[in-house]
Amino acid sequence: MSIDKNTVSRIAKLARIKVPEEDKETLARELSNILKMIEELNAVNTDGVEPLTSVVQMQMHAREDKVTDGGIPEKILANAPEQTAGFFVVPKVVE
Amino acid sequence: MSYIVKGEKGDWEVVIGLEVHAQVLTKSKLFSGASADFGAAPNTQVSPVDAGMPGMLPVINRDCIEKAVRTGLGLNAAINRVSVFERKNYFYPDLPQGYQISQYQQPIVGNGEIEIDLPDGTIKKVGIERLHLEQDAGKSLHDQHPSKSYVDLNRSGNPLMEIVSKPDMRSPEEAGAYVTKLRSIVRYLETCDGNMDEGSMRCDVNVSVRKHGAELGTRCEIKNVNSVRFVQQAIEYEAKRQVEVIEGGGKIVQETRLFDTKNGTTRSMRSKEDAHDYRYFPDPDLLPLIVENDFVEGVRKSMPELPDTKKKRFIEGFGLSAYDAGGLVAEKERAVYFEEAAKGRDAKLVANWLLTELLGALHKAEKELKDSPVSAKQLGELVGLISDNTISGRIAKEVFAEMFGTSKNAGDIVEARGLKQVTDTGAIEKIVIEVLKENPDKVAEYKGGKDKLFGFFVGSVLKKSGGKANPGMVNDLLKKKLEE
Amino acid sequence: MANLTHLTIKQALDGLKKKEFTASQLVEEHIKASEAARHLNCYITETFDAARAEAKESDKRYAAGKPLPLDGIPIAMKDLYCTEGVQTTAASNILKGFKPPYESTVSAQLKRDGTISLGKANLDEFAMGSSNTTSAYGNVINPWKRKGDNKDLVPGGSSGGSAAAVAARIAMGATGTDTGGSIRQPAAFCGITGIKPTYGRCSRFGIIAFASSLDQAGPFGKDVEDCALLLKSMAGWDPKDSTCVNLPVPDYAAALGQSAKGLRVGIPKEYRVEGTSPEIIALWEKAAAMLKDAGAEIVDVSLPHTKYALHAYYVVAPAECSSNLARYDGVRFGARVEGDNLIDTYENTREKGFGREVRRRILIGTYVLSAGYYDAYYNKARKVRKLIWNDFIEAYKKCDVLLTPTAPTAAFAIGENQSDPVTMYLNDVFTIPASMAGMPGMSVPVGLSSDGLPLGIQLIGQPFKEETLFRAAHALEQAAKFTAVPQNIVGKAA
Ligand SMILES: [Mg+2]
Ligand SMILES: [Zn+2]
Repeated sequence: MSIDKNTVSRIAKLARIKVPEEDKETLARELSNILKMIEELNAVNTDGVEPLTSVVQMQMHAREDKVTDGGIPEKILANAPEQTAGFFVVPKVVE
Repeated sequence: MSYIVKGEKGDWEVVIGLEVHAQVLTKSKLFSGASADFGAAPNTQVSPVDAGMPGMLPVINRDCIEKAVRTGLGLNAAINRVSVFERKNYFYPDLPQGYQISQYQQPIVGNGEIEIDLPDGTIKKVGIERLHLEQDAGKSLHDQHPSKSYVDLNRSGNPLMEIVSKPDMRSPEEAGAYVTKLRSIVRYLETCDGNMDEGSMRCDVNVSVRKHGAELGTRCEIKNVNSVRFVQQAIEYEAKRQVEVIEGGGKIVQETRLFDTKNGTTRSMRSKEDAHDYRYFPDPDLLPLIVENDFVEGVRKSMPELPDTKKKRFIEGFGLSAYDAGGLVAEKERAVYFEEAAKGRDAKLVANWLLTELLGALHKAEKELKDSPVSAKQLGELVGLISDNTISGRIAKEVFAEMFGTSKNAGDIVEARGLKQVTDTGAIEKIVIEVLKENPDKVAEYKGGKDKLFGFFVGSVLKKSGGKANPGMVNDLLKKKLEE
Repeated sequence: MANLTHLTIKQALDGLKKKEFTASQLVEEHIKASEAARHLNCYITETFDAARAEAKESDKRYAAGKPLPLDGIPIAMKDLYCTEGVQTTAASNILKGFKPPYESTVSAQLKRDGTISLGKANLDEFAMGSSNTTSAYGNVINPWKRKGDNKDLVPGGSSGGSAAAVAARIAMGATGTDTGGSIRQPAAFCGITGIKPTYGRCSRFGIIAFASSLDQAGPFGKDVEDCALLLKSMAGWDPKDSTCVNLPVPDYAAALGQSAKGLRVGIPKEYRVEGTSPEIIALWEKAAAMLKDAGAEIVDVSLPHTKYALHAYYVVAPAECSSNLARYDGVRFGARVEGDNLIDTYENTREKGFGREVRRRILIGTYVLSAGYYDAYYNKARKVRKLIWNDFIEAYKKCDVLLTPTAPTAAFAIGENQSDPVTMYLNDVFTIPASMAGMPGMSVPVGLSSDGLPLGIQLIGQPFKEETLFRAAHALEQAAKFTAVPQNIVGKAA
C-alpha cells in the first residue's frame, strides 16, 4: 500500500503534527518507501505464531499500596511553559 | 411492569447498558506512589509518572489487582489468568502521557451476573460483560479564565475499575436498581467507597430504542452521569429524544452525549468525536498481568457475605419480610447494626424500630447511621423492654425520643421517669371504676348496644394511668365491669 | 606524568590508588582535552565545574583510603539520561531547557560508584538515527579521518557523542542506549568497544524512551575490561522499571581472565548480506580464525528470519515511538509554540519541536497502529519478532555466542548514505536482530579499513550471559591487538 497526501494529512492530524502543504508530497513518497520496505514482512508465514509480548519472560513485579511520591507541586510545575495558582495553563479547550 | 415509550407511531422499548467507572479504594495510584485521595490542592498529589515526564515508567499497585479480582468475584464473574494493559492514544491536556493505560482485548475480569431488586419486589438478573483496570485522567477547569483552561493532575493515574454491563436493562428503574446494587456490592467488598458526589463512581449510559422484539437500535453513550436519579432522568429524556428522531424520519447517529443536570436533557459532545482512532497497542512498559488460581482462591476465601446472601439469611433466619430484609441489607452499616441490636431480641420488632423510628429520626436530624446517638445495643434493650411488657409501645416512643436526644439507656430512662407499666389488677380496677363513675350516660349508651364506646373507655383509662396501664388488662377489667 | 587521557579506566584506578595522580588532575586533563575537541561537538551541555567539585570530593576519599569502585573516573553521559537539575534534551528542540526533577537509575548508580560526568553527550534526536546527523544541537564529528582525506565523517548513532568522546580521549568511558544498534554501530565507527546488555539488565527508569520494548542502556569503553567495569555499576534490578529483571549482577571483569577454550562460536550464514563491504566480510572471517586459534570451536548456524528483522523493527520502533513521544505536547514541560487554539498549539509545538526524522517516524508509527492496519503491520511484526527470537534460541542450542559484523560499512562522510531514509536504515541490518530478540550484543574493534578507518566485529550472547560475551570479546580483543587511535589524537599521545 502507498501513502497519499490525504493519508499524510489524516495521520498528521492524529499525531498532532502540522505538515505544511508543500511538504506533503515528499513526505507521502518517503513514507510510502518505508511502507514498501515494511511490507516485505508479508513474505513471512506467521500462521499460528503467537505474537511476542515481551522479550523478558517473568512475572511482573507489583508495588505495595503505599504513598511514596507526590507532594512536590513546585517540582511538577517547574518546567511548565505556563502556570497559575498551582495549575498548568493551556489555551481554552472548546467543549 | 414493562416500560414503554409511547410515540406517535406506537410503542417503543428502551435498551440500556451501563459502563460504571468505580475508583479502586487504595492509598496510592494505579501505577505511581502518589496519593489517590480526593480534594487536595492542585497538583500536590502528582508524581513525575502521573505528569507523564520523560523517562518515567509505570509500576502496578498490587492492591488494585487484588481488589479487581475481589470485585470480579462479587459480580460472580470469571477471573482471567492473563490480562494485558494497552495504551489508548489521544491528545487531551489532562492526559499527560498522551495515552491512557487501560485493558482492551484482555481484561482482568470477564463475564458475570448480578441480581437487581426492583421497586415492585421482583428480582432481575443483569449480565456483566467485563471489568477492567485503567488510569483516570486529570481534571481540566474551563470556567476559570475566558481564553484558558487550567489543568490539575491530582486525579491523573487514579485506579479505576470500568465495569461494563450487558444491554440487559429495559427501564430507568432497572438502570437505577443496577447502579444501586453495584454500589452496594463494592461497598460490602470495600473495593470502592461508592461516593458518587466525589466521583468515585461515574456512569456512562448506553441507550437505544427499538420496536418490541426488533433488532437492537443504534445507541448513544451519555457520559459521566453521577447520581442514580440523573441516570434515570438521562434515560427517560434520551429514549424520548431517539423515538422522536426516528418517528420524524431521522436516523440515530452513534455518538457521545452529555447530560445537563440543570434541565435534565442530553446534548451531543462533538468535540470528543473528531479523530476517534485510539491506536490501542499493548503497553511495552508493562508485562502481561498473570493472576494465579491460588491467588484467586485466597481472595475467594476472604470474601464477606454479600447483600443477596445476607437478605436470604435475614428472611429465613429472622423471619423478616423480603421488604424489611431488603431495606436492612441495602447498606452494610445498617445490616451490621441490625444484627447487633437483634441479639436475643424479637428480630421483627428490632427491624421495625430500626427501619421506621431510628432511620426516620436520623433522617430528620440529617445524621448517618454511623453517628447515631442510639447504639445498636441500646435499641436492642428498648425492644427488650417492650417484649417483656415493661413498657408499652406508646411509652417506648417517648423513651426512644429521649434516648435519641441524650444517648441514655432505655432502662435508666424508664426507671428515672417511672414509666414502668402498671400490671397490678387492684390499681387498674380502681381507675376503671372511677372512669365508669364519671361517665354514667356513656355506660348506659354502651349497655344500650353502642359497643363502639368500648374504645372510649379504654382510652380514658389509659389516659388516667398516664399511659402506664397494661392495655390488655385494661380491656379484660373493663369488659368484666361493664358486664356487671 | 604521561598523558592521562590515554589510560584505560582500569589503569587510571590503579594510578589513583597508588597516588600517582589525583582525581582532580585526571578530570582536569579530560576537561582540557574536551575544550580542545569542541569542534567534534560531543557535548550538548558541559558540566565541567560540577565535575571539578566532584573530583575534589573524590580526592578526599582517596586520601582517606576509602575510594568508591569507580572513584574519580570522568565519563560522558548520553543526553537521553535524565539528570536531576541538569538540562536534558534528547537532542531535541522540544526539550530545550528541560531540567528533570529526578535522576535516572543508571546515572545514579554510576554516581554512587564515584564516576564523574563531564557533560551530556550529543546524540541523534530522541536516539533516532545511525549517524548523529539528526541532533537539534548539530552533528557530531567522528575523530577519525580517512587516509589523505579531511572530510568530516559521522561517528555513527544514535550514541554518537558518547562514542566520539571516548574515541577522542576526552572521556574515559561513556553511557549509551541501544534500540537497534545505537551503541554497537557507533562503537564500530569510532574504533572503541561498546556493549548492549540483555534487555532488562539495566533499568530504563529516567532514560527518555524511544521504543520501550527495545531500548537498553550500556557503556562505551576503550577496551572490553572498561566496559565490564562500567556495566557492573550500571546493571541491576530496579523496582521502578517493570521490565527490569531481578538477577544478581556478576563481576564481569572477573570473566575476562578465562580463555576461549571450549567456547562455541556460531557463524550465522544469513549475515552475508549483499552490500556489505568485502573488507568487512574478510575481517569477519579473520575474527573467526582468531577465536579458533584461541581455542574456540567455530560452528555454522542459521538464523532464518534475520532478513526480516529490519522490516519488523521499522514497524515496532516507530509504533512505540509515536506513542512514547505523545507526551511532548508543550503543556507540562519543554517548548510550546502557541497557536490559535489548543489543537493548533499542539500541532505547532510538535512541528517546530521535532526534527524531520522524528516526525517521519512518529507518522509511520501512527499509520501502522491506525484503525484497520494494526493486524497487517503491528501484529504481523510482533509475530515475526517471535520467529526471530525462536531463531536465536535454536541457534544457542549449538553455540554460546554468535560472531557477525557490526555494520556493513566503515564510518561514512556526513551526507553519504542519506539519500533516502531506507538506505540509511540499512546501517543497522546486523545489529537489529539481536535488539528485536533482546539478546546482549557487543562490538569490538578488530582492524582498519584500507583507508584507515576502524572496523568492528559484533558478538551476540545468550540472555543474561554477559559474562560469556565478555569472555569471548576479551579473547577476540587479545588476538586482534587493535591499538590504533584517531590521527588527530596521535600527536597528543606522544
Ligand atoms: Mg468506556
Ligand atoms: Zn473507561
